[in-house]
Amino acid sequence: MKTHSLRRYGVIALLACLLFAPFVAMAVDDPSEMLPDPAQEQRAEAIGSQLRCLVCQNESIEDSSADLARDLRHVVREHVARGESNRQIMDWMVNRYGNFIRLRPPLTVGTLLLWVMPLLALCIGIGVAWWTFRRPRTVTPTPLTDEERRRLSDLTETR
Amino acid sequence: MSGQPSSPTRRRLLMAAPLVVAGGVGVGFWRMLSGMTKGSFDPHDIHAPALNRPVPDFALPDQAPGQGFSAQDLRALKSPVLVNYFASWCIPCVAEMPVLNALKERLPIWGIAYKDKPEHALGFVQRAGNPYARIAADRDGLAAIDWGVSGVPETFLIGPGGVIRWHTASPITETMITSTIMPLADSLKP
Repeated sequence: MKTHSLRRYGVIALLACLLFAPFVAMAVDDPSEMLPDPAQEQRAEAIGSQLRCLVCQNESIEDSSADLARDLRHVVREHVARGESNRQIMDWMVNRYGNFIRLRPPLTVGTLLLWVMPLLALCIGIGVAWWTFRRPRTVTPTPLTDEERRRLSDLTETR
Repeated sequence: MSGQPSSPTRRRLLMAAPLVVAGGVGVGFWRMLSGMTKGSFDPHDIHAPALNRPVPDFALPDQAPGQGFSAQDLRALKSPVLVNYFASWCIPCVAEMPVLNALKERLPIWGIAYKDKPEHALGFVQRAGNPYARIAADRDGLAAIDWGVSGVPETFLIGPGGVIRWHTASPITETMITSTIMPLADSLKP
């Protein structure tokens, strides 16, 4: 009896997932927003996934359901439909919102440290490792005193 | 004995180093985040690149009870004005209205209603005691994108010739007016 009701709950849960899954997936991707040409739509999505939603800030405009993100998605698609290059569209956005809108910051004087940080960390690590292992591991011991020498010979002779 | 690899003081120093670094990072973050409550740090105050550039091309219709305006109107100005993006559905906009009303005698304020129903924007302005000399309606929010607006309220100080001289994406405060806006506006007056 118990296993039977458990299985029923399982079936209900599965049905619920199947029923609501499409709605979750379409919460942001309103099909009417999409471009009719799949190749163009794919390009628009690629550009959009590189643009920061300025409201949520850690989501791309493709992922965000904010109003502004929807407007920007629409603008990107208009520009793609007009046949503009990815570079042109990115420049159009940066011109209005600054480099902050780019999820991948460009290499500039201000972001140089950010970009070279992995290399810098590696160099520091190698430097520390080299500095640690370069020094001799064996330290020449101070010569034994007469007292120690006598004790040592005593110990060895007992054998 | 100084060359010994595992001298206790050195080992203790090495163990303390990561803790000190983590502590420093923690203090830095705490200071930044506590600035959010004090108003010295606002992550939504994005510094738009529009600064010191002429206003973007736009022409927006009237929003009752005011008269709409365009980029040409702003570029034809001889003295500074404040352009304020607002919406009836925006809570910080309600909060900044008394400050704007206190400012309007000293500096003309032109409003742009962002993505708002005309009747809602009208009701909002009437309730707040209209601080705006002119009001335009940006119903689809597309002109806002050209301005680099990321949300409401957002405010620009426009100098003579329609050049953007100052910008904030935070609500206007009394401190901002006395410390930044008015000194800058006075220096821009002919």
